[in-house]
Amino acid sequence: MSGLRRLGPALFAPVLAVVVAVVISSAVMAALQVNPLRVFEVMFDFGDTPAQQVTALVVIVNRAIPLFLAGLAVAVAFRMGLFNIGVEGQYRLATIMAAAAGAAVSLPAPLHVVLIVVVAMLVGALWAGIVAVLKVTRGVSEVISSIMLNFVALGLASYFLTGPFRGTKAGTQIVSTKEIPESGWVPSLNGILGALGLANPPRQLYGFLVIALVAGIVVAILLNRTRFGFDLRASGLSASAAIASGVDARAMVVKTMLLSGAIAGLIGLPDLLGSTHAYTTNFTAGLGFLGIAVSLLGRNRPGGIALAALLFAFLDRSLVPLQIADFPASVVTIFQGTIVLAVVIANEVARRVTRRAAERGTAEATAAEPHAGPHVTPPAGGSTDARQEVQA
Amino acid sequence: MAATGAIGAGAAGATPGGTAPYAVELRGITKRFPGVVANRDIELRVRRGEVHAIVGENGAGKSTLMKTLYGMHRPDEGAILLDGREVHFRSPADAIAAGIGMVHQHFMLADNFTVLENIVLGSEPTTAGRLDRAEGRRRILEISDRYALGLDPDVLVEDLGVGDRQRVEIAKVLYRGATTLILDEPTAVLVPQEVDELFGNLAELKREGLTVIFISHKLDEVRKVADAITVIRRGTTVGEADPKTTTARELAEMMVGSELPSPGARTSTVRDTVVLDLRNLTVTAPGGRAVVDDVSLVVHEGEVVGIAGVEGNGQAELVDAIMGLRPLTSGSTWLGDEDITSWSTRTRRESGLGFIPEDRHRQGMLLDATLWENRILGHQTRPPAAKGWFIDRKASRADTERVMKDYDVRAPGPDTLAVALSGGNQQKLIVGREMSSSPRLLIAAHPTRGVDVGAQAAIWGLLKDARAEGMGILLISADLDELIGLSDTLQVMLRGRLVATLDPSHLTPEELGGHMTGARPSAGVA
Repeated sequence: MSGLRRLGPALFAPVLAVVVAVVISSAVMAALQVNPLRVFEVMFDFGDTPAQQVTALVVIVNRAIPLFLAGLAVAVAFRMGLFNIGVEGQYRLATIMAAAAGAAVSLPAPLHVVLIVVVAMLVGALWAGIVAVLKVTRGVSEVISSIMLNFVALGLASYFLTGPFRGTKAGTQIVSTKEIPESGWVPSLNGILGALGLANPPRQLYGFLVIALVAGIVVAILLNRTRFGFDLRASGLSASAAIASGVDARAMVVKTMLLSGAIAGLIGLPDLLGSTHAYTTNFTAGLGFLGIAVSLLGRNRPGGIALAALLFAFLDRSLVPLQIADFPASVVTIFQGTIVLAVVIANEVARRVTRRAAERGTAEATAAEPHAGPHVTPPAGGSTDARQEVQA
Repeated sequence: MAATGAIGAGAAGATPGGTAPYAVELRGITKRFPGVVANRDIELRVRRGEVHAIVGENGAGKSTLMKTLYGMHRPDEGAILLDGREVHFRSPADAIAAGIGMVHQHFMLADNFTVLENIVLGSEPTTAGRLDRAEGRRRILEISDRYALGLDPDVLVEDLGVGDRQRVEIAKVLYRGATTLILDEPTAVLVPQEVDELFGNLAELKREGLTVIFISHKLDEVRKVADAITVIRRGTTVGEADPKTTTARELAEMMVGSELPSPGARTSTVRDTVVLDLRNLTVTAPGGRAVVDDVSLVVHEGEVVGIAGVEGNGQAELVDAIMGLRPLTSGSTWLGDEDITSWSTRTRRESGLGFIPEDRHRQGMLLDATLWENRILGHQTRPPAAKGWFIDRKASRADTERVMKDYDVRAPGPDTLAVALSGGNQQKLIVGREMSSSPRLLIAAHPTRGVDVGAQAAIWGLLKDARAEGMGILLISADLDELIGLSDTLQVMLRGRLVATLDPSHLTPEELGGHMTGARPSAGVA
């Protein structure tokens, strides 16, 4: 029962946000002389044959995996009250380093993947660690430093790509790093699709899905079940109370940013190890910023983030069909934008509703007890009884 | 169970068959919220032209009652009569139309608007759709003169002091034609001189025939200003009292429903073992000034050492220093026979330092977290909260239920959010959780601040029990009765230094007050 009661408000805000976003973007589309109903029809049209439909689903899930990881990275910091806006730079730098490291060595398959993953996490953590160190030693706001480090990271990534890690010859249009040998790839999960009796689509379902799920579960356990997670959440709810309870605020900032950066380091790997096998000039960008929106929509909870990532991936997939159907692609951007706006408002509304409901509960406990009935006089003298009686 | 209702007999002429009907009469008002009765059989009779006080503890149901009268929700049973006629309010707008106005405890004014703009906001006088400032100014000045409010319509509200803001709020209500004013805890935000001014304004309102309902739990003020008093306890009215013949103590006992305990506990339980030993503690503020200056202090097992002082004389910094929240400039801190000067806050807590912080919302609670999470806050590394690296949620919840039961924390359950609790219940949870880890030394900073009489008595009882069991307690308080009543030894802190050691058994609050302001020579009396 209490689970349901807690789930109510948790679901209320995001659902409200999505509904509001649908209404607003429909209005905007109508104003642009675009029929919103047609647009939604195209968005939900996954194709006619089972193979097409499964392909659409695979595309969505593949896209959702990095978004989920990005949301997770942002959320870990958010839960402590830190705004890691630098996820973008952290994953871009981590991905190119991991790509270079993966291409430079040859190891047996599982070890090769492990090495790439570890390199990516380390680079992401180090890059986020700079933000943490600046904050605890110099008092620099993590928002400012992480945004600025994004530019540095992107610059560095371009330099590495065109300089030391360049794998393609001069003159080619798309510059990329050397390809990672096959032992460093993460095999697809299409075999499982087949086992489920679904058509085997031409697209590969990223095997990184498994790693992302494990990361989600680990983060959920870490936040909710461990002492570290308690300290982290306490710091986010009230830094002063957490410090008075014995949390070392500086160490907490460093640990949290390292963790957030390590998760951010994973964001580029589903694409890198699942399809591109090299970091290129047109490697997926912007996931770090989308991660902020996904984290907000998912209310910083791993489960919520997974759903939010799927929603954003669904919107993303509809880009191509919309353009084929001659609709402006900006429709999707408008939709994502309004979701972010609506979710910020809806979260605040939900927070107030929860508070109001909680305060309503006060009356329950403090005013007349429902079952006390007529006022019963305590036996005279009993000091404990008197104490129980006294409070209202 | 001293004198419920009996005192009301002394009230002057509550003649039911009298001439004029009551300005406000509530008959048998009952208000239920899901699963709760917030108000039950409320009877209230307010005569025209009187200041009628409603007193009761925090959470006794005063606010619910006033919301009913102001039309913010409808009663489930009972009737509201104004001047003898029954009314039904569907919203505050109805109540305002019927001449009832409410001055909220927290001001609802726009800082960047002038007094005039704030007062007319929502019922602007207009000519041809434009705001008629001249008309508004005329009416405001008329109100201001008539009730001696002394308002200047053209000042920005942000430039006004608290007392002036309150007068703007009152004018706002009068501007809307209120004849009955509800003032919700109006003195909570005022300094003593402003309180006197407010009472002067109330006298003016009364003289002009307006009715004032005054909600408060400050009994001395109520006795000073009110013509009649109605006492509410546990959601229902328990009687009326005449302020002229009732003492503050009698009123408090009506509010609480039993005889008040006094903090006094005189048998000494002081043992020989030292639990806290502060040696020449000095803490400097960023500017280089010593906020805690060469403080040396010893607390024994079973001893309550009280620190008296006007606030801002270094008490808060001393507490932070002992908890390891603020670095020392020099000196050392010893817990038992261990030098803890370089220890972290967490290690100190784990070694037996308990902490009831001065500002529970800032340092003691996570308001948006559940009670069980608040129960383990500060104890998250020890059983029952911790199991290795993990939090033992089940044991934590179970232990929270125990704390709630043992320390009388009134709340639906361990999963309730802390914000839902009244101040007294939050404080009892904090006291309970700190006691539960059986600390060797408990730092209790203003342990009964902002809690009502009942919770205060309960917390005093708990501190006394703990002291009897051998806990050392360092008590910082601004409540002189509390300090004198609970302490075995009193230290007076002035400008960061301990200036006097006093024996509380031969001390009056007046004498203590003299030491605190430095009016007395700082020689020890003990």
